[in-house]
Amino acid sequence: MDAALDLLAGVLLLGGALMSLAAAVGLLRFPDLLSRMHAATKPQVLGLLLFLLAIAVQQRTWAVIPVLVLCWVFQLLTAPVSAHMVGRAGYRTKHLRKDLLSMDELDEVVEHAANRRRKEADRASNE
Amino acid sequence: MTILFGIVAVILGFSALCAIYRVARGPSILDRVLAVDVLLAIVGGALAADMVFNGHTNSLVILVATSVIGFIASVTVARFVTERK
Amino acid sequence: MMTRQRIPLLVELPLLVWLVLVWGALWQDFSPGNLLFGALIAFAVANLLYLPPVELGGRFNLLYAVGFAGRFLYQLVLASVQVFWLALTRGPHLKNAVVAVRLRSPSDLLVTATGHALSLIPGSLVVEVDRSTSTLYLHCLNVVTSEDAENVRRNVRRTEEWLIRAMGSREDLARLGMPAPHHLDGRGHQ
Repeated sequence: MDAALDLLAGVLLLGGALMSLAAAVGLLRFPDLLSRMHAATKPQVLGLLLFLLAIAVQQRTWAVIPVLVLCWVFQLLTAPVSAHMVGRAGYRTKHLRKDLLSMDELDEVVEHAANRRRKEADRASNE
Repeated sequence: MTILFGIVAVILGFSALCAIYRVARGPSILDRVLAVDVLLAIVGGALAADMVFNGHTNSLVILVATSVIGFIASVTVARFVTERK
Repeated sequence: MMTRQRIPLLVELPLLVWLVLVWGALWQDFSPGNLLFGALIAFAVANLLYLPPVELGGRFNLLYAVGFAGRFLYQLVLASVQVFWLALTRGPHLKNAVVAVRLRSPSDLLVTATGHALSLIPGSLVVEVDRSTSTLYLHCLNVVTSEDAENVRRNVRRTEEWLIRAMGSREDLARLGMPAPHHLDGRGHQ
């Protein structure tokens, strides 16, 4: 029984390590910042979960569970925020590669707003 | 068991190398902060693997701290980039 | 000194309970003395470092919350493997898209929660939020045709639906085109 649980912990660790590998390979191979963003932040959510589960399986006490849950909850709360901040900054800088987008519905909105602002400015200067 | 941990160590090491390559290569500061974030997550994974292998929980608090510190780092850099533009 | 609205204790309570639980978990000690000290600190933190209160929907359905968690975990695993596969096989030849999705609920909490859940699942990332129309602009991996984009939209709206059923207000539920079933209407004690 103990040996089986230890093995399970090992397999969970292996899964977590593979998720780190997914992030790293994505970082290397994806063509632009926003795609790398997907590869970098997201597999970590599952990766950390697997690592924490491995610790829980290996320890087999209730005492560690709250810290492990807290650790994962912190990540759940923070990872999307940092991903959004970096993604937003990346979208607005010159590092966005438009040629890789098959469709950009935000661009249309931004363009529209810019046009309207320009028209309003024109009207104001004419008066 | 030891073989399994060997494999885990090799995978984590290789992932760390990939991340370091991306830090060196860039091209933008946002790519770098992203890669540093991944590197931090890999360090967290290594800490977890160490705890499982040696059966202790000493670095558990560091694990919690890393998940928050990585967040602060990337938000700071992202704000810096947005403001400076 | 800025005058601020007093927050009723009942609205503040979920935050305080959460802070006390964090305190206990960090110390790995849930003894009454430690929790009491944690409660004092939580009260001080909540009142000295003032933030506007989060407006909850006023109801919570455990059944749908568990269902949402299960769906979330399933998608997390599926999408993580997919991104790994894409990185290995497609690599540099990847087409993405920025898709606009209009959500039904105007509630800040629900828009945030939906955006959070979507950002956590690999393959989609919130780039921009229009709060006035509660529209999310998502950057999605490997979206080529408009059919793919429609799939993304459908998935986002289904995520929102689960969240509304779990913790949306009754107005949001009505917006789903279905009245709140009586036996599911929890008012916090379901």
